Amino acid sequence: MNSLALLAAEGEVASATGITAYAWLLVLLPLAGAGLLLLGGKATNAWGHLLATALSWASFVVGLLVLLAMVGRGHEERAAHVGGWNFIPAGQFQLETGLLVDQLSIAFVLLITFVGSLIHVYSIGYMAHDPNRRKFFAYLNLFVASMLLLVLADSYLLLFVGWEGVGLASYLLIGFWNHNPAYATAANKAFFVNRVGDVGMSIAIMLMFATFGSVDFATVHAGAAEAGSTTMTVLGLLLLVGACAKSAQFPLQSWLGDAMAGPTPVSALIHAATMVTAGVYLVVRSHSIFDAAPNAQLAVAIVGAITLLYGAIVGCAKDDIKKALAASTMSQIGYMMLAAGLGPVGYAFAIFHLITHGFFKAGMFLGAGSVMHGMKDRVDMRGFGGLSGFMKITWVTFGLGWLAILGVPPFSGFWSKDKIIEAAFIGEGWRPWVFGGIAMIGAGITAFYMSRLFFMTFHGKKRWVDEHEDAERGVHPHESPLTMTVPMMVLAVGSGLLGLVLSWGGMFTHWLEPVVGAHGEEHPVLAVPVIMALTLLLVAGGAAYAWMLYWRDEVAVVAPRGSLVTQAARADLYQDAINEGLFMRPGTHLTRALVFTDGKGVDGVAGSLAAMIGGASSRLRRVQTGYARSYALTMLTGVVAVLGALWVMN
Amino acid sequence: MTAALTALPTAFEAVKVDYAAVGPMLVVVAAALIGVLVEAFAPRLLRHTIQVVLTLTALVVAFVVLVLVSVDHHGVTVGGSIVIDGPALFMQGSLLIFAVLGILTMSERFGGRSADAFTPMGAATPGSPAEAAADRAGYATSEAFPLTMFAVFGMLMFVSANDLITMFVALEVLSLPLYVLTGLARRRRLLSQEASLKYFLLGAFSSAFFLFGAALLYGYAGSSDLSKIASAITTANGDLEGLLLPGVVLTLVGLLFKIGAVPFHSWTPDAYQGAPSPVTGFMAAATKLAAFGAILRLAYVGLEASRLEWRLGVAAIAVLTMVVGAVLSVTQTDIKRLLAYSSVAHAGFILVGVLAFDRTGVSGVMFYLVAYGLATIAAFAIVALVRSGGSEATHLSQWAGLGRKHPVLAGIFALLLLAFAGIPLTSGFTAKFAAFAPAIAHGGLAGVVMVVVGVLASAVTAFVYFRLIVLMYFTEPTGDDVAALTPSIASTIAITVGALGTVILGIVPGPILDLAGRVSQFIQ
Amino acid sequence: MSNPYVPILFLLALGFVFAAGSVFTSLVVGPKRYNRAKSEPYECGIQPSPRAEGGGRVPIKYFLTAMLFIIFDIESVFLYPFAVAFDQLGLFALVEMVMFIITVFVAYAYVWKRGGLEWD
Repeated sequence: MNSLALLAAEGEVASATGITAYAWLLVLLPLAGAGLLLLGGKATNAWGHLLATALSWASFVVGLLVLLAMVGRGHEERAAHVGGWNFIPAGQFQLETGLLVDQLSIAFVLLITFVGSLIHVYSIGYMAHDPNRRKFFAYLNLFVASMLLLVLADSYLLLFVGWEGVGLASYLLIGFWNHNPAYATAANKAFFVNRVGDVGMSIAIMLMFATFGSVDFATVHAGAAEAGSTTMTVLGLLLLVGACAKSAQFPLQSWLGDAMAGPTPVSALIHAATMVTAGVYLVVRSHSIFDAAPNAQLAVAIVGAITLLYGAIVGCAKDDIKKALAASTMSQIGYMMLAAGLGPVGYAFAIFHLITHGFFKAGMFLGAGSVMHGMKDRVDMRGFGGLSGFMKITWVTFGLGWLAILGVPPFSGFWSKDKIIEAAFIGEGWRPWVFGGIAMIGAGITAFYMSRLFFMTFHGKKRWVDEHEDAERGVHPHESPLTMTVPMMVLAVGSGLLGLVLSWGGMFTHWLEPVVGAHGEEHPVLAVPVIMALTLLLVAGGAAYAWMLYWRDEVAVVAPRGSLVTQAARADLYQDAINEGLFMRPGTHLTRALVFTDGKGVDGVAGSLAAMIGGASSRLRRVQTGYARSYALTMLTGVVAVLGALWVMN
Repeated sequence: MTAALTALPTAFEAVKVDYAAVGPMLVVVAAALIGVLVEAFAPRLLRHTIQVVLTLTALVVAFVVLVLVSVDHHGVTVGGSIVIDGPALFMQGSLLIFAVLGILTMSERFGGRSADAFTPMGAATPGSPAEAAADRAGYATSEAFPLTMFAVFGMLMFVSANDLITMFVALEVLSLPLYVLTGLARRRRLLSQEASLKYFLLGAFSSAFFLFGAALLYGYAGSSDLSKIASAITTANGDLEGLLLPGVVLTLVGLLFKIGAVPFHSWTPDAYQGAPSPVTGFMAAATKLAAFGAILRLAYVGLEASRLEWRLGVAAIAVLTMVVGAVLSVTQTDIKRLLAYSSVAHAGFILVGVLAFDRTGVSGVMFYLVAYGLATIAAFAIVALVRSGGSEATHLSQWAGLGRKHPVLAGIFALLLLAFAGIPLTSGFTAKFAAFAPAIAHGGLAGVVMVVVGVLASAVTAFVYFRLIVLMYFTEPTGDDVAALTPSIASTIAITVGALGTVILGIVPGPILDLAGRVSQFIQ
Repeated sequence: MSNPYVPILFLLALGFVFAAGSVFTSLVVGPKRYNRAKSEPYECGIQPSPRAEGGGRVPIKYFLTAMLFIIFDIESVFLYPFAVAFDQLGLFALVEMVMFIITVFVAYAYVWKRGGLEWD
């Protein structure tokens, strides 16, 4: 079945019946929770978090029922359209909004609601003593609702509404502990980079509107093949800008590491499992645009490949456990982007890896949160070591996630990541060798830094002081309460088995086929067993090297100076320095004009771009002298300039 | 020239006036004149109440006349000076609604004896004994209400003016009362008077440009009538070609001044800051709408045929306006100046829609103006409420932590800011969409460039608004005695209407967009 | 002479020559006798306010009266052509003129009642 016929089929999605017609409930339930908790005020302090958790689970149940109804229908009739309200019915602006419940969106719905609900449960324990717990849960619910809207939308416009919603929730949650200035700055940085992405998205949407006269998926996809290839390339690149910002891909990756300032459950849910993967979703959902624009598709693959290596290298040098995990997330999303950039051979594997990654990475983040919980909120892994005996459950669950991300058979990552590496080797010319090679080397580096993280934390000699010896600096490692460990266990089971279950007989890829299109049998440039063996060899090598350095040998409590590469990696490969050189320096000395309140950094050096605009603003402000005579002169100059320019042009 | 001479009528003919079509204007101007008589003859203590009742009644009557009678009287009237068509009626209706909201906010007394925003005696030297005595005696500048009505009359005429002379007269009729109103603030009077003087001087300067441009166009076309200018452009033989472009540019400059386009924007921050906040809100919403009404008519009816010659120049102004407005709003530390620069940036966004040269552009611009106006009036009404030690607390640092002390008020303000930022599900997003989409569809390469700049500029302004929201909600209060007063029923209505409008136009913009789309055809 | 700007330029030059010429001529031929009245801000009319500050201020009443004079002056400018062509213009013009006069008199009533015509 070629993709054109498929597109035609996609245009005639049947209206929803039965439970599917109530798909709006998926979004409305958590949204109602957020509304109730925010408007209810202090009255809901006592039970608000329980309500939020219950509503999130309720949304999961609805999702499950919708899935069951979908499975009951034939392979080609599974997608359903749920009508919404006519957003803009006037004249030329026909904008109807509705939900598109198909195989792709339901997969996301289940991932979001399931992992999201588990993290709600985990947060009950994690945030138990926070005075603003109610607000935290309200924001979590808001996030779940927006994310569901994002994946269920039937048009780019509604998707954009969800896109902004998750951005807002993420902004609120990163800065949740905004009494710390660095955290507030991190929130601003995330906000800034995401605005860059939003610009790409908004222009893309308007361009679609101008080209196709509509922005719903069906019309855009149906018209994509006929529209000019230049338009499609521009459109694809604009969408890629949006995807890069949201998914922390090169060159818009700088915000993710700082975003770890938020509470750990947030990092697990938003900055590992769901929101950061929205970019991958966007690319796969827009596959017909990218299929019609090979250059844009190539750009996606290149961005993915660069980020994959970038994140892996940065991950090798980070001593902050959360930042190391963030670098790993960036790298894994790089894998997904690479897969999505490979075209039809890769789409399904991108989503597959996204789902398995959602489980094992969320599990590892929750594990990291559990470690921090027992170690007085410390994050420096050089001060950990030998924790396996003190936190058995955390150790085992984290270990399963570790095996999964390494791609050790039969754990989840093996089934999804190896497929991406194989797919990267498909093609002609230089591409399979470059992309395949990078993907394979990346797997080796991944094995190294993830093993480093695991060994430094749980194995080797203990490098912390017991509380009995030193009450001030000492810690008393202990296992976390059940509300925290149960979600970790559930996710660990997923990390262990999900890959195997979903890839049984190609089930998941077959499931997605009606959405992303099937592709013929294609063979990698290397034989599959060879690729698999080489990958496993690299993985084993990376893990063994990490074992030598961080388990067998002594780990220094203070980070050694390290080689130039290590230093560069520790400084995020100088991403901030580069940003600074490019955007910030022109306005640095004027940045102080921005700070007007409390010096907390609420508005301070939020991001390099902000500094540049602030600097320009301060300079321009001098034109506003306050003298009417100079205003009049400005006007006169303007008149003369416009008149002169037009005269010359005509 | 001889042809023009022979065309003169030998006997006087009375012009035909369609009183039903111009009814709303007559009602408003009559109320303004009665308002002046009230000032002359009514007892001092009753004037405020009488004026509020009189102006509100007149505005409602004018709106009813507009909706029930004038809608069926399309056409050119008053000897070709006034044209009543779809866009004119839509904008006149919007203006009357803005005026009602503006009067409601201006009537705010905060429990005092007179309108709180206005000085007790405009002629007294600031800080002089005469001023203090006037304050003690409970004097009030209730002239503000008839002045507003004169301004509204000018605006109603401005959006329906069909020739350059009428347009100029309307421009002056709407401007002069605004100059006076700007100088009437009760507190920080020197700032207010300075603002008034600057606004007047620069306004006069720009009027001169308009008048000179109009003269050149008359020289070119032999008529100041917009449709005659249009036909002169299409049938021109090239003799007087040199007069056209300067005429177009200079008339447009006069109008661009009123919307605050860069580089004719310098008065905006000063006037917005100095004027009493309710006046600022009314001025920002209504003047902008009226001036864009005139620009639309001039550009679409009079000068469309020559647009290829001047469009790029105005496009450059639009780009400059968006960029300068957005960038300068970043470093503002005064809430009123911040909103002023935001209004400059919005003027640029709207210009993008104007330059689409398509019916959808007209409807998008009209929708944007309504959405922006509603939000602006409510925003300035809220600014007027936030006080410290009896006067408005306009420094941003004083707004820190406002969300904790006054969650509802700060929440509404945050909503309005989100609308200014163009976040989906608020009127701002729909409006930007309605104004930008036609520019991409019909504006060619220049349109696309303008939209790209526009989206970038709105990303910058979004930062400013978000920072303000963060300031209100996440920052500790500075410890000043900043507090929001409880608004009277009038202000409450104005703020509620503005906020509700912002939400409704964001979620179900259909009816208004539909209306704007149906009435977007000018009578040529 | 097809370029329409040439007459404008000519007029501009003429204006410039006249202005410069007048100043120059008065410099050359004008008598130069100084007395106290010559150094006052105004040689005739109202004296600057007694509480002069920063170079002397003229009482606002002076301007008020001047502006009222201009308004009624303009009114008579409109009345004059109307009166000349009254027989041709008919009832419509009469009504219009009455409306115009009423409008002006509303302002007059305001000024009068609010004390604008009282000098002290």
